[in-house]
Amino acid sequence: MNLHEYQAKTLFQKYQIPVPKGQVIESLSELNNALNSVGSDAWVIKAQIHAGARGKAGGVQLVSSPEQAQQVAESLLGSSLATIQTAGKALPINKLLIEETLAIYQEFYLSLLVDRATRKHTFIISAAGGMDIELVAEASPEKILTVSIDPVVGLMPYQCREVAFALGLTGTAFKQLATVMQGLYQLAMAKDVSLLEINPLVLTEQNELIALDAKINIDSNALYRQPELVAMRDISQEDEREAKAADHQLNYIALDGNIGCMVNGAGLAMATMDLIKLNGGEPANFLDVGGGATPDRVAEAFKLILSSSEVKSILVNIFGGIVRCDLIAEGIIQAVKEVGLTIPVVVRLEGTNVELGKQALANSGLSIITADGLAQAAEKVVAVARENQG
Amino acid sequence: MSILIDQNTKVICQGLTGKQGSFHTEQAMAYGTQMVGGVTPGKGGTEHLGLPVFNTVKQAVAETGATASMIYVPPAFAADSIIEAIDAGIEVITCITEGIPVADMLKVKAVLSRSNAYLIGPNCPGLITPGQEGTGCKIGIMPGHIHLSGRVGIVSRSGTLTYEAVHQTTQNGLGQSTCVGIGGDPIQGMDFIDCLRLFEADPKTEGIILVGEIGGQAEEDAAEFIQQQVTKPVVAYIAGVTAPAGKRMGHAGAIVSGGKGTAEAKFAALQAAGVTVVDSPAEMGTAMLKCLSAK
Repeated sequence: MNLHEYQAKTLFQKYQIPVPKGQVIESLSELNNALNSVGSDAWVIKAQIHAGARGKAGGVQLVSSPEQAQQVAESLLGSSLATIQTAGKALPINKLLIEETLAIYQEFYLSLLVDRATRKHTFIISAAGGMDIELVAEASPEKILTVSIDPVVGLMPYQCREVAFALGLTGTAFKQLATVMQGLYQLAMAKDVSLLEINPLVLTEQNELIALDAKINIDSNALYRQPELVAMRDISQEDEREAKAADHQLNYIALDGNIGCMVNGAGLAMATMDLIKLNGGEPANFLDVGGGATPDRVAEAFKLILSSSEVKSILVNIFGGIVRCDLIAEGIIQAVKEVGLTIPVVVRLEGTNVELGKQALANSGLSIITADGLAQAAEKVVAVARENQG
Repeated sequence: MSILIDQNTKVICQGLTGKQGSFHTEQAMAYGTQMVGGVTPGKGGTEHLGLPVFNTVKQAVAETGATASMIYVPPAFAADSIIEAIDAGIEVITCITEGIPVADMLKVKAVLSRSNAYLIGPNCPGLITPGQEGTGCKIGIMPGHIHLSGRVGIVSRSGTLTYEAVHQTTQNGLGQSTCVGIGGDPIQGMDFIDCLRLFEADPKTEGIILVGEIGGQAEEDAAEFIQQQVTKPVVAYIAGVTAPAGKRMGHAGAIVSGGKGTAEAKFAALQAAGVTVVDSPAEMGTAMLKCLSAK
């Protein structure tokens, strides 16, 4: 689960991590109050969306007068923004963060995540912060510092010193780095953070460190024990269909093609999408219907798939382990009737009572095509989609 | 032979009296697994499904001599159950549970690194050494009847996709020595390398099918290991060629991030290591048959 920049900064403050003075607004009427409250003579107006690379897309703008602020706020608030990180979608801007400007001396990059390979919380830090960290990582990997935290002892002072020396920090900033790193580690542990990114972590001309940006992603598996964070969830930033699917315990991801898929099991679902592609078709979605292919679940799954008007045929691929195929077939038939499905459905079932299941489908009187085996299922659904397309 | 478990393995179920624990213990017993007891704190001293229930894993081990455990416990308590099992000396721990917080699994890994216990999972279907009428051992949610005792070892991050590999090798007569579902989480117990090492040393296993998916570097690491230490033929399939970047594809660990963990990269690494890679999930069995016939 993602948090907005302003929410991450509120958390930062609780953990002694310095952030710029700022205020969030949800409507233009709040703007002047925010400008005065923040109190500088120039401000940064930042669109609050769950994606990075906002600057390059015009979502972060510097203004030097209340009139300019009004103009920018008007153009951003209530509109939507696509960045290179939003995969072609435009996210709605419902909030703006109004911040003071800073006299920036240097910009660093800092992130904290769980490294899958070492199984440790790891800081990744670079003296080349700002907008193009991806380029630094590619071009000069030696400029990237890595600090692995041993779970038994936590973050040690010598580790913070190493980084501070490497970044060339002195005086106040040198000491501050340790506070910042410790604070971030404590926050990450307390709030089940998956990924935390500060780009840039600014060294001001007054030799102080400030987190100019903040991105936090929370481990979805831990939400049950983070009610405060759950309350921060912003559904407007999530894909509506994916969120709806999750409500029905379905795992759904929309793609661009015209062949819908419904499969039990994430691995098999990905494999099914891949097989459709291999046969010259284009999958319209990923959908894991999970362990219980009941009539209700299957009906909801069909509805989700059909929410894309592009879909010309559907492949249902269910390897029923313990659940009987004749029961699954009944569920599919019921769902097709309930949803009033008119496009062709290819069904491949495997498992207990598979012959009974196939018979039930064949006798249903519905436009359901049964397939023997994975390969045949993919071939059939691609062929049928082509027919239906023209 | 086989790896990790066989018909002589004594198994307890942590979470025995719960709905999932009950159902899958019954299924295991029907398959012929030697279930010897279960653990549900507070219900010690009672009986369930004809098996003794204990309050703690230590007690269960002391009374039954169990060396394996299957854990059907909700995510909030699962890590605790795993660590309890490690502490009680269980040698093969299988955790089916999906949804354990990453922070909890980091603690589990830290404890595991100091012990000799094997953990399979979490978020996995379990493992099975196929065998009819009490000659096999099934620890997990897989359908026993699609399996056939035989010569191919299968290791997979997926559940139902594993069943495809099983189905294909049963249909073509090769059969399976042991199938291990290592699960779809980013932080897990046994990885591909751990299983490959055991399969390489197992006399009954003649070939290995590796089923991977996008996310992380496990397949790439496995490729390196295979090149250096595996002499038996390996067939690999990687799911997720069509998965979009940045999206979590069901499994918590199945995500392409920062350009890393793509299916293409995994296919390439495995191929470079001499592994027979197949583009289609329908070809795993055929490819293995070819490899073994060619020997």
